[in-house]
Amino acid sequence: LPSLITPLPHFLHTGATRVLMFQRTSTGSRVVVASRTYADFTPQATFDIKKCDLHKLEEGPPLQAVLTREEGLQYYRTMQVMRRMELKADQLYKQKIIRGFCHLYDGQEACAVGIESGINRTDHLITAYRAHGYTLTRGGTVREIMAELTGRRGGIAKGKGGSMHMYAKHFYGGNGIVGAQVPLGAGVALACKYQGKNELCVCLYGDGAANQGQIFETYNMAALWKLPCIFICENNKYGMGTSVERAAASTDYYKRGDFIPGLRVDGMDILCVREATKFAAEHCRSGKGPILMELQTYRYHGHSMSDPGISYRTREEIQEVRSKSDPISLLKDRMISNNMASVEELKEIDVEVRKEIEDAAQFATTDPEPPLEDLCNHIFSNEPPMEVRGTNPWAKLKSIS
Amino acid sequence: QTSLYINITYVTALARSKHIRQFHLTSHTQVTVRDALNQAMDEELERDERVFLLGEEVAQYDGAYKVSRGLWKKYGDKRIIDTPISEMGFAGIAVGAAMAGLRPICEFMTFNFSMQAIDQVINSAAKTYYMSAGLQPVPIVFRGPNGASAGVAAQHSQCFAAWYSHCPGLKVLSPWSAEDAKGLLKSAIRDDNPVVVLENELMYGVAFELSDEAQSKDFVIPIGKAKIERPGNHVTLVAHSRMVGFCLDAAAVLAKEGVECEVINLRTIRPLDTDTIEASIMKTNHLISVEGGWPQFGVGAEICARIMEGPAFNYLDAPAIRVTGVDIPMPYAKILEDNSVPQIKDIIFSVKKTLNM
Repeated sequence: LPSLITPLPHFLHTGATRVLMFQRTSTGSRVVVASRTYADFTPQATFDIKKCDLHKLEEGPPLQAVLTREEGLQYYRTMQVMRRMELKADQLYKQKIIRGFCHLYDGQEACAVGIESGINRTDHLITAYRAHGYTLTRGGTVREIMAELTGRRGGIAKGKGGSMHMYAKHFYGGNGIVGAQVPLGAGVALACKYQGKNELCVCLYGDGAANQGQIFETYNMAALWKLPCIFICENNKYGMGTSVERAAASTDYYKRGDFIPGLRVDGMDILCVREATKFAAEHCRSGKGPILMELQTYRYHGHSMSDPGISYRTREEIQEVRSKSDPISLLKDRMISNNMASVEELKEIDVEVRKEIEDAAQFATTDPEPPLEDLCNHIFSNEPPMEVRGTNPWAKLKSIS
Repeated sequence: QTSLYINITYVTALARSKHIRQFHLTSHTQVTVRDALNQAMDEELERDERVFLLGEEVAQYDGAYKVSRGLWKKYGDKRIIDTPISEMGFAGIAVGAAMAGLRPICEFMTFNFSMQAIDQVINSAAKTYYMSAGLQPVPIVFRGPNGASAGVAAQHSQCFAAWYSHCPGLKVLSPWSAEDAKGLLKSAIRDDNPVVVLENELMYGVAFELSDEAQSKDFVIPIGKAKIERPGNHVTLVAHSRMVGFCLDAAAVLAKEGVECEVINLRTIRPLDTDTIEASIMKTNHLISVEGGWPQFGVGAEICARIMEGPAFNYLDAPAIRVTGVDIPMPYAKILEDNSVPQIKDIIFSVKKTLNM
């Protein structure tokens, strides 16, 4: 039952369509809060974006990106949802309503949203455990993501998976074992090539995982077999508490693929990420094989909720990134200074987003836990019901597919 | 007596074929386990274009043990893929391909090398359907030779039946005969879940009668069902893989002394067919499990624990015991190696001890 409102009606690029902002009051009736003619806003603008460092590539992504007002608002909204969702998870974790592992993504929103805007919904994506953002961009709702974190039956994995094991169509999680998702992603890419559907797989890992042997095995096979795989290293400068300088003999992660062409991208600028992703996708789809992108990004939280995140980095550093490179602020400033949106409009979106998150958190805290009958289900696919041994010989539990 | 058993393979092959001939009235051909596995893969590759094989030397070399002979010539690069020596990498790739809709057969040259990739088998394959609450099935087969071979020493001789069978989310098969090999591998490939098929290198060259029925393209053996290879009344011998043959040989010798052994071929280690074992014990009142792997926490240990916990316990006239490999890394010298795995005389000895003969 949505208490959310679609913020903007879809409009055409002609005439002076009146853009009306609505807000639900407590009585449920809609009241016009602000109104501004469409003609007041710039429909689209071109922005200069940072040049990417290139490895074994003659040319890189374009140095300019076109952003439409519609796109900008959509990116803004999605990133804001992601941000607030993660902050709400932080809150719920501290209240002990979420338990176990919880790796938050705030600060890195431009990566997830930028990548999704550069690929098709029919493409595939796999990532590691810092996965809430990608679950969202790949089609999960905030409600089912949060309910999975709180371990309820309405969770995206019915409460069976938790923070690190969320799945959606063409999204293979959420993977807990560092680096294991990389060969998996190449396997998805192999399936794409095998099935001839012109789809590709985006395969993400962090700066910490980048030193895993299985990743180099995967680079080799992906290049050998020309798999349509975009390897993306989200370099947020720290693998848990170990800075990149202390973990890697070479911190040029975009070059670590050796024979695989690579580019280093400003991961805090959503347009940069989008253009680089489009460039990489084009490379894959043209049959040239895999490509590697390093996204330079930053996480505001520690590695997980059990890490305050200040023993290995200074508060000043975190504050500096927040004030100078926050991905949401960067987009917001761009849109406002180019008259692509108004401050009030964005504030409206913020209010809606807050409401959406509150609603989802409410659901996540009140939805019942999975029934005990579900304990042994989903062991095997497409299998007749079977018996599973419980904790003692007399406990014979039922399992269905 | 020992020298009689060392070159037992010829004798048992003959004995076995005579033995099996008694139970088949239709026509039959001699097929080696290797060829049965090859047929299984060939038929399933033909039947479903999502099926493909990957592993080291499976394509152009025809397979390290020639199990995939002729397949690359017939199906080409797309379906039969030679991989670099990157177990963790290619096992993960295989699992990812399974997640995205294909039906890979991932060959480990031997299961000893699967240890490098075991994380992908357990954490990426076995657990995923559960963790995703049914959203993400993983229809994959991991196959290859398992257990002791001949003269390959400690790092190449380990049996992984207990390790893989420990984990929920996996099915673990251990064929003995050509019929087992064909039927079980076909079932494994058609199964929508991760299945580990533990073959045996020493059995690859052994020929068995394959009935008309078993030669058909749709012949499958249900997973989770053991087979009584030889009925008997005095003692139940439960085994898997090569040891099934040893049990049959021991049974043949014991029959001359009036002891009739019931020999059960497990075929599937996980899920274990406890019902068949229990029914047998209720008839014979004695249980001996026979395996090639190490004793501690092994297949036999699990069988004994289950029998203790179930209705068959009350039917035992003697403690259930295990005949296993010796609890040591596998040595190289032939005399040492021969004495590291159960021999037919060990089985005979254990039967007589159990029956107080």
